[in-house]
Amino acid sequence: MLLVPCPHCGPRNAADLRYVGESHARPDPNSATKEQWRTYLYIEDNPSDWLRETWYCRSGCRQYFVLERHTASNEFRNPPIPGNKIGGRA
Amino acid sequence: MSLANSASGNPGSGKPASGNKASAKYSLGGLISRGARGQSWPRVWRDVPLKKSYDVIIIGGGVHGLATAYYLATNHGITNVAVLDKSYLGSGGSGRNTAIVRSNYLTPEGVAFYDRSLDLYNSMSIDLNINVMFSERGHMTLAHTDSALRTMQWRAEVNKLQNIDSDVIDPSEIKKLAPSLDVSDAPRYPILGALYHPPGGTIRHDAVVWGYARAADHRGVEMQQKTEVLDILVEGGDGPDGKGQGGTVKGVRTNRGDISAPIVVNCTAGWATLIADMAGVKLPIYTRPLQAAVTEPVKVFLPTVVVSGSLHVYVSQTDRGELVFGASVDPFNNYNVRGSLEFTEELAGHVLELMPGISRMRLLRQWAGLCDMTPDYSPVMGFTPVDGFLVDVGWGTYGFKAGPVSGEMMAECIATRSTPKLIAPFKLERFLTGELVGEKGAAAVGH
Ligand SMILES: Cc1cc2nc3c(=O)[nH]c(=O)nc-3n(C[C@H](O)[C@H](O)[C@H](O)COP(=O)(O)OP(=O)(O)OC[C@H]3O[C@@H](n4cnc5c(N)ncnc54)[C@H](O)[C@@H]3O)c2cc1C
Ligand SMILES: [Zn+2]
Repeated sequence: MLLVPCPHCGPRNAADLRYVGESHARPDPNSATKEQWRTYLYIEDNPSDWLRETWYCRSGCRQYFVLERHTASNEFRNPPIPGNKIGGRA
Repeated sequence: MSLANSASGNPGSGKPASGNKASAKYSLGGLISRGARGQSWPRVWRDVPLKKSYDVIIIGGGVHGLATAYYLATNHGITNVAVLDKSYLGSGGSGRNTAIVRSNYLTPEGVAFYDRSLDLYNSMSIDLNINVMFSERGHMTLAHTDSALRTMQWRAEVNKLQNIDSDVIDPSEIKKLAPSLDVSDAPRYPILGALYHPPGGTIRHDAVVWGYARAADHRGVEMQQKTEVLDILVEGGDGPDGKGQGGTVKGVRTNRGDISAPIVVNCTAGWATLIADMAGVKLPIYTRPLQAAVTEPVKVFLPTVVVSGSLHVYVSQTDRGELVFGASVDPFNNYNVRGSLEFTEELAGHVLELMPGISRMRLLRQWAGLCDMTPDYSPVMGFTPVDGFLVDVGWGTYGFKAGPVSGEMMAECIATRSTPKLIAPFKLERFLTGELVGEKGAAAVGH
């Protein structure tokens, strides 16, 4: 079980949330080249390290937020950031 | 090849043992006399000192890396090859999978590719002289919704056009094949039909790993275990440290020193991104654990492999009588293979909906392995923007069955320096050109 710190609901079981994926800034759809857009869609950093990722609090507050998790130890660092401003592939 | 024919069979001495003679070691008489004398068996593959350079370095000692090495030596006579693994051979997905093989995929590209692998698996026990226990018991994918049934009809037609034995069957036929399934309309998700694929089945995965390793070793390939790649040496690229686009591979840095080679192949599945990063190559891959579990053994009652996409579960029974279960990958990226209670809870609930009769069976073990997922559920194979650095990755939850054909194709790719037709659709550039090979409908749960 992974307890995910929702900024609104506090720690919740990961099963209550939906994992959206790595948070990357979305290129402007009006000016992005095909290559930029597809890189944004498909290419992943996938580190075995700290990762900035987007979660959706599906069974709680139904809000998006961004947090930093270590993908090998599953620790969290820094407070979660409410909202989906940074990007994410919702 | 010449090595294999000339050397005297003496494993452990640093000389390759001769191809077919090695089998004589495993006779019934040998078993009895060794047992009586309390003698143990000699090493199956050699443990030789690491050299300073090779013609080809393969990173990852799973079925993909080992098959690539085997076909390089067997089909192309390239034997100055080392397979490096940071742990032991088969320590990754190749020793953890649920051993299901089939070729009833959704895209024509996928079907042709996986079918070639089944061909190679069919003759493997003879080719590698090891019993891989291929059990062609049939593979059944259940439909619980009208839309699932439609996708299955589509799949069956794609399959038939390519001469794959694959058909949609109704609940009464399902009941005949697997009487323990509840085909009534009582369950929450009643069974409406199934895609039945008689040539599918299971294979003993450890034997596949050991068989390829031993046969490659006999031909002169070196197995270098506990050899972790820490960096890839690249010169002349556009990125930092001369890596990336336009660069040329020079070798690898390991925990046992630097090794040079003009060709380095990434066969590290769940760790593929970490290795590609070392060469400055970005991949469309995210790493997820896949969990599996096995019950105590009971009398054989389940003759086929059963998969349910809607219920996220699949099950088969081993020759010993244990039920082996699997599911979909874990819901978030992870390099950690710890099991979770959610998995077992969900699994039990869903399996009992399919087979209410097994509610008293106990789970013995649960485990997980890392899977290298791609956006289209198809692999990434062949050349990369770094000259001499090749990938055979993106195997997600379906790479065991693809091991033989991938090895054969990667070996051809390396030997001929061109991309074989069968794997051309799986090139890395497809993600930038938008030519995805969508297999999600056929590979998300039924690996
Ligand atoms: C639970 C489970 C069930 C599955 N079920 C099926 C199934 O039924 N059918 C099917 O077809 N597929 C299945 N799969 C998928 C299949 O197991 C994999 O796709 C396949 O084994 C990948 O093989 P591989 O040789 O590419 O990689 P692996 O076998 O994962 O080998 C990669 C190797 O790379 C090594 N490595 C990593 N980093 C380094 C480094 N830095 N230096 C040196 N070595 C390194 C690792 O130690 C490892 O041994 C399943 C997977 C799991 C986890
Ligand atoms: Zn919340």
